[in-house]
Amino acid sequence: MTLAEQYVAFMTILRKEIRRYLRIWPQTLLPSAITMSLYFVIFGSLIGSRIGEMGGFTYMQFVVPGLIMMAIVTNSYSNVVSSFFGSKFNHSVEELLVSPVPHYVILMGYVVGGVTRGLFVALVVTLVSLFFTRLHIHSYLVVILVVLMTSTLFALAGFINAVFANSFDDISIIPTFVLTPLIYLGGVFYSMDLLPDFWAGVSRLNPLVYVVNAFRYGVLGVSDVSLGFALGMIGFFTVLAFVYSMHLLGSGKRLRQ
Amino acid sequence: MIPALTIENLAKTYADGFEALKGISLEVKQGDFFALLGPNGAGKSTTIGIICSLIAKSGGTVKVFGIDIDVDFPLAKKAIGIVPQEFNFNTFEKAFDIVVNQAGYYGLPHGLAKERAEKYLKALGIWDKRDVQSRMLSGGMKRRLMIARALVHEPKLLILDEPTAGVDIEMRRAMWDFLRDINAKGTTIILTTHYLEEAEALCRNIAIINHGSIAENTSIKELLRQLRREVFILDCIETLPGQVAIPGFDVRRLDEHTLEVAVEKGQQLNAVFAGLDSAGIHISSMRNRANRLEEMFVNLVEGGA
Repeated sequence: MTLAEQYVAFMTILRKEIRRYLRIWPQTLLPSAITMSLYFVIFGSLIGSRIGEMGGFTYMQFVVPGLIMMAIVTNSYSNVVSSFFGSKFNHSVEELLVSPVPHYVILMGYVVGGVTRGLFVALVVTLVSLFFTRLHIHSYLVVILVVLMTSTLFALAGFINAVFANSFDDISIIPTFVLTPLIYLGGVFYSMDLLPDFWAGVSRLNPLVYVVNAFRYGVLGVSDVSLGFALGMIGFFTVLAFVYSMHLLGSGKRLRQ
Repeated sequence: MIPALTIENLAKTYADGFEALKGISLEVKQGDFFALLGPNGAGKSTTIGIICSLIAKSGGTVKVFGIDIDVDFPLAKKAIGIVPQEFNFNTFEKAFDIVVNQAGYYGLPHGLAKERAEKYLKALGIWDKRDVQSRMLSGGMKRRLMIARALVHEPKLLILDEPTAGVDIEMRRAMWDFLRDINAKGTTIILTTHYLEEAEALCRNIAIINHGSIAENTSIKELLRQLRREVFILDCIETLPGQVAIPGFDVRRLDEHTLEVAVEKGQQLNAVFAGLDSAGIHISSMRNRANRLEEMFVNLVEGGA
């Protein structure tokens, strides 16, 4: 395929993906907006007002970056895992496999679809947060970089999950039993400084700690971890996930007999 | 002229050890209407799956219009349109979107994709269902949707895996006319079907796969010439006597108005009529007991030909 044809194929997959989550917006976009609003009300306003400052900011200001990042991670992941597994389940993935679309275009189409949903929901959550607090962006560059890298990483992770999944149970196990606990323990609601040394050390094994803190640095200018190290970790795992996803598509594992 | 499809020593052994294809070879000429027949599990769908990349081969070569799929599969895929046996589209998408998206996967710009989708949805008589979610379509409409989807990039080779399964007779005839038309315009067609009258009506050449090997690969005319025995059903005007015999023929009385007569290769039907006429039996109509290709097919797959 020529580059122009590949671009058409990419845009076709992307358009299909965006249409899919917009068509079922009560399942895809609304829940995050409602859940995050509840977090803002309960943790930010009601409980947060009694907690006082954290990291030099009001508790509400402290949790907002983490909650936005939580929405980005869960939405970019779940969009790709449910869409790609769905196409495996109803065999419509064969439409792509019989066509001349290169594997990287297929992957990019699904991943960018997941990224756009992550960004869409992040925008909604950010707008909702403005009802509760004022946001000052410390570094737009870091915010944009972290959002794009993180949503790409978790969209790729969703893709890998979808390739291995054999049933709808398999696409909910990772988000429920791995992703959600890691997010909650990733410093969304608290600073690592509050943890005893041992648990702070254990927390540093959690990749979500770097994601949340890098984004918090971009918004508030404070972080529990080094920004450079955090970006390096996110970048490393993104490249790793991309290479592995390409390997899965190339080998046809779980896709071709 | 380069063949539309060349398969040499194609082999497939699945992970569970089942040997679906045992090194088959066949060639389909450009412009041909080719039937790929065989009993369930013979290896037809495996062969098609390998040609269109849904199944990885274990050995052998496949060339589509001279392009080796091991060398440039994307280029080979551009020449192929596939209509699979099972419905394989997103049932929540609209018929029009399914066809337009497929065109996009082949790199057709969005405007052209829409034009082509309209052209083929109209040609297959489902344009008025374009905005209907595909799950709401009838079985016959779903089959036609898959044909429109396979044609949207205007492939030179169209492969149909049981395209008329579950389709009513009227619709099947309409699909036959459509396929004859696109074949006449130059599209090479490979068809698998369990309706042998369909293969006989449409196809010029045939390969029969059995247990992963090619049992026969010839023209349909030549295959039918090999038929050693045909059985005819004769409807008689008068009530038949208890015993009917025609010298040299195997005759069975099915009921008081129906006879079954077996005619071996080399025997003449005239002799049957002469024998019946001399016995005072007059025939109002006659037909083959089974489709002639079906008789041949059964002989081949049961090893009795």
